[in-house]
Amino acid sequence: MTDVRETVRPAPPLSEAAAAAAAPRGLVNRAVAAMPPSGIRRFFDLVSTMTDVISLGVGEPDFVTPWHIREAAIWSIEKGYTTYTSNAGMFELRVLVSADVQAQYGVSYDPTNEILITVGVSEGLDVAMRAILEPGDEVLIPEPSFVAYKPCVSLAGGVPVPVPTDAAHDFKVQPEAIEARLTPRTRALLLSYPSNPTGATMCREELLPIAALCCQHNLLAISDEIYAHLTYEGEHCCVPRLPGMRERTILLNGFSKAYAMTGWRMGFAAGPAPVIQAMTKIHQYTMMSAPTAAQMAAIEALKNGKHEREEMIQQYNQRRQLIIAGLNRIGLPCFRARGAFYVFPSVAGTGLDCETFAERLLAEERVAVVPGNAFGIGGEGHIRCAYAASLANIEEALRRMERFVNRL
Amino acid sequence: MKEILKILERDARTTPEQIAAMTGRDPAEVRQIIAEAEAKGILRRYKATIDWERAGEERVIAFIDVRVSPQRGTGFDDIARRIDRYPEVRSVYLVSGEQDLRVVVEGPTMREVAFFVAEKLATIEQVQSPSTHFLLKRYKEDGDIFDDEEPDRRLAVVP
Repeated sequence: MTDVRETVRPAPPLSEAAAAAAAPRGLVNRAVAAMPPSGIRRFFDLVSTMTDVISLGVGEPDFVTPWHIREAAIWSIEKGYTTYTSNAGMFELRVLVSADVQAQYGVSYDPTNEILITVGVSEGLDVAMRAILEPGDEVLIPEPSFVAYKPCVSLAGGVPVPVPTDAAHDFKVQPEAIEARLTPRTRALLLSYPSNPTGATMCREELLPIAALCCQHNLLAISDEIYAHLTYEGEHCCVPRLPGMRERTILLNGFSKAYAMTGWRMGFAAGPAPVIQAMTKIHQYTMMSAPTAAQMAAIEALKNGKHEREEMIQQYNQRRQLIIAGLNRIGLPCFRARGAFYVFPSVAGTGLDCETFAERLLAEERVAVVPGNAFGIGGEGHIRCAYAASLANIEEALRRMERFVNRL
Repeated sequence: MKEILKILERDARTTPEQIAAMTGRDPAEVRQIIAEAEAKGILRRYKATIDWERAGEERVIAFIDVRVSPQRGTGFDDIARRIDRYPEVRSVYLVSGEQDLRVVVEGPTMREVAFFVAEKLATIEQVQSPSTHFLLKRYKEDGDIFDDEEPDRRLAVVP
């Protein structure tokens, strides 16, 4: 058995700063106390009391992790690969990630100091924010967006600044909208295409002016590209590939969506060495290293997962076209989302706001969708439908939605 | 065409309209592609996968490996033809290894299958030393797992 442990043990945490807050306070940090709970949570609680629900609310693949990947993790556990790994992640995995990013997107990262294996993109995001932000730094976040972005910025002491996007532009962020929100405190721009919740993608030509803005105003970009493989029309444009962007972008990606590995919590961050080294420092003190069995599984995914990945992507694509055609037919207009596994139809024509629509659809027809306003400004008037569901369920959901819409 | 074939392989009852929506084509075009595949003998039949055990019907399946002395001119083909004409024979494969043909036979009882092997298969002149393996349990067939399906373990709403 190869020893995957580091030869030098990580240093113990620095001596505790004397926390001497004298004033009496509540039990919880004020920033956390002020943070609203995820809008999705309330809806989830509602759904879990019901039976016979068809859910288009699930933001994760309906496939189980391919067997050869599961088996690789089982094997590693049997063989006793149960120690910590290097803080940045197993070197073999970083080499494979580096090669994959190079082959897929044409950007090269040195596996020795420009790649960090994280516990999902979620950790990558948190660590990235903590590594780059100082109190009061502003981060521009195109919305509607994934629910964790704003809290991650706030928890790192930053100030999230939403940049609205709209259906008229297929939810692609517009350079003018970014420019209008720039201040001397603007530190970074968070991009996430293909997008959860809208399914929007942005091609190279559309991203070029945004890259130019980043360079001109010396902004960092954090690009969450977890859905990159799930791009069905056109090519995915990797943000660090754009001119001037490699040295100012933290690329976040992972295994959850492309390899159906959500529960493994496997992600990675790639970027310029100083930023990745800073992130690794935080990761080292908070996470130590990503779980070893999951890293073993990720190695197998990168080595031999291409065929099954492409099979899954083809099936998502078929469902995508079916659901877009279906929603448009029943009168819930829906732009042609080119990525991820979400569509974001408008419910404005029904006269209901998105929460009422979602709640009544659930109560009356037992179909769960997520109200668009859970994802921030620009989401009102829309619902998110995930097509990570079987064809039979998608069709039945469409039938029920049609019945519901016709009754309104 | 291959994408359409794969969809039908997964579920032969997918309608041309559904396939059209799934692949971004016109239903008429899908119908035409299917008709073409049928005409060319690519799409041979539309069949159902049935768990007969659950339906309460007993069917006995045996895999019989036989050695065959190939014939001048036609190799194994003539013998294979002689075997595959029996309705009891579900499949016949030419395989590599010690045996030459793998024959899958189905019958209502073990006794009948055994008789078929002894009287029909083993008596063909070129067939030697058939070895019979009765199927005891079906775990997976043609890509379908016959146990109960894995439940959907995902939470109903996930960000």
